[in-house]
Amino acid sequence: MVAKLGTVASINQTGTGIRLPNFCNLGVMLRSLIIVNLLLAAAAVLKAYSLKEIGYEFMVLAAFGEPILILSLVALCGARRLLHAMGYLPSIAAVIAFELLMSWLGQQFFGGMLPDPRPMPFPQLAFLVLFATATTVAYFDLRSRALSPAIAEARIQALQARIRPHFLYNSINAVLSLMRSEPRRAEHALEDMADLFRVLMADNRTLAPIAGEVELARQYLAIESLRLGERLKVTWNIDKMPADALVPPLLLQPLAENAVYHGVEPIQSGGEIAIHVKLDEGQLVMTLTNPFLGESPRLAGNRMAIANIRERLQLHFDAEASMKSEVRDGTYTVTIRMPYLTAA
Amino acid sequence: MLVDSGLARILIADDEAPARTRLRDLLDECRESFPLAIVDEARNGREALEVVNREKVDIVLLDIRMPEIDGMEAARHMAGMEQPPAIIFTTAFDAYAIKAFEVNAIDYLLKPIRLERLLVALGKTRAAPPVTREALEAAANLPRRHLSVHERGKIHLVPISEVLYLRAELKYVTVRTAEREYLVEESLTNLEEEFADLFVRVHRNCLVARTAIVGFERNAEESESGWAVVIKATGEKLPVSRRQHHVVKQFR
Repeated sequence: MVAKLGTVASINQTGTGIRLPNFCNLGVMLRSLIIVNLLLAAAAVLKAYSLKEIGYEFMVLAAFGEPILILSLVALCGARRLLHAMGYLPSIAAVIAFELLMSWLGQQFFGGMLPDPRPMPFPQLAFLVLFATATTVAYFDLRSRALSPAIAEARIQALQARIRPHFLYNSINAVLSLMRSEPRRAEHALEDMADLFRVLMADNRTLAPIAGEVELARQYLAIESLRLGERLKVTWNIDKMPADALVPPLLLQPLAENAVYHGVEPIQSGGEIAIHVKLDEGQLVMTLTNPFLGESPRLAGNRMAIANIRERLQLHFDAEASMKSEVRDGTYTVTIRMPYLTAA
Repeated sequence: MLVDSGLARILIADDEAPARTRLRDLLDECRESFPLAIVDEARNGREALEVVNREKVDIVLLDIRMPEIDGMEAARHMAGMEQPPAIIFTTAFDAYAIKAFEVNAIDYLLKPIRLERLLVALGKTRAAPPVTREALEAAANLPRRHLSVHERGKIHLVPISEVLYLRAELKYVTVRTAEREYLVEESLTNLEEEFADLFVRVHRNCLVARTAIVGFERNAEESESGWAVVIKATGEKLPVSRRQHHVVKQFR
């Protein structure tokens, strides 16, 4: 499972180059809508002869602009694989050509339906369309340039979210204690640890299948149960998990580690960690619960891990992923929702 | 200094069974050069305190991170006992504690523990005096969460959160909870310092838990300031001194 995880990661490494954004992403769509509408508003202000006319001019422009904008976004979303395959500059050229064609067709066939009594000559319209498209593309270009160091940073952050030294030394100690009495179990535990650290030290920049994440968390919890014995109970509810869903790596394991460190360890009789993964309305939903004794003096460490995961979710999914945590009746629940993506 | 000769009586305190097994294995190997007997094993600070209170223990190998009562707090309670055992802390990784131990010259062992290091630490307990309560207090970053009360050979651990007020009486401090009173041998000044966030001084001899204050009453007899503080659960009225009169305003 871990080896499989590794190959997927290397295939997905399309590198650091700038690409057109994923127009299927809600955040990208919203940003495009806002930019183009701001430009339309500016154009309306320029065109209007008086303050009163601004609203009317905007409506006239919007009546033509919005349908084209929305159709364009839908088309760009549909054609995103094709565009990515073309390379960056050719894909921009294709987008511009497509926009011009759309506006020409729009004016030819639906121009008469518009409320504008003085239709704009096509070269003038073409300039506006070109300008709006270029502005939007330039914005996304700048944004992805600004974020690409951040995506590289995501790898460092993933490393920071890595296993606590506390866990490493305690596990080695537990394995040492088994050496004499139960050499077989010691062997098995060391194998689990080796797998765990292989993943931790791998390149964790790109999305990986959730099945690997689950396996990793399982191995981690197996080592922990060596230390904690019957105090640690784990329930997996993953029958309805889409095993091919892609998620940012090191999502589940740090959460499981938090649950052990803050939830189970402080209680003498231990407790249960429950992990649910399922599809809900086309979104991947992960829920993890653990008992929580209330005020822990070590909560700061927990917040750091949570903030780290939240930041990486945002880097990968923008506004489409969310993460919530709450404490209720002595139970700590953390829920992550993100788009259901697959490799194919 | 505690262990003059003969068998050193050792208690192992760790919440993880494999860690206890490992220490047992290592101690077995120490026997030849350092005669010892393993008195018992404890799974948390509370159990460790009970064993130390019940039996003669010379050395405690004390894990820092344990449920219920952690090693740091257990050590502070042990240091207050009549015959405090020597304490050797064990920890896998606790950057804060390790730094604090270095600063306050408190001995500790890093897990996984090596036989040689364990032998050295055991040897030191013969030469050096046990770690003082002051050093432990300086090393701990948090106030204790319990007060330990010794009563007829038993040890009670009273959660600070249940204490309504603390009142100095001659040699002792009375600890009042909703259920009953206990006596502890500590100084009110030290308690005030340690629990500054939780208690407020209303009188030269009295600290009241902030959460236990129901309100203030005027014209109480015996009160020089003319005010008394009303205590939750018991309904007791304790006099507020003239010097502490500002407390009344602070809470209104």
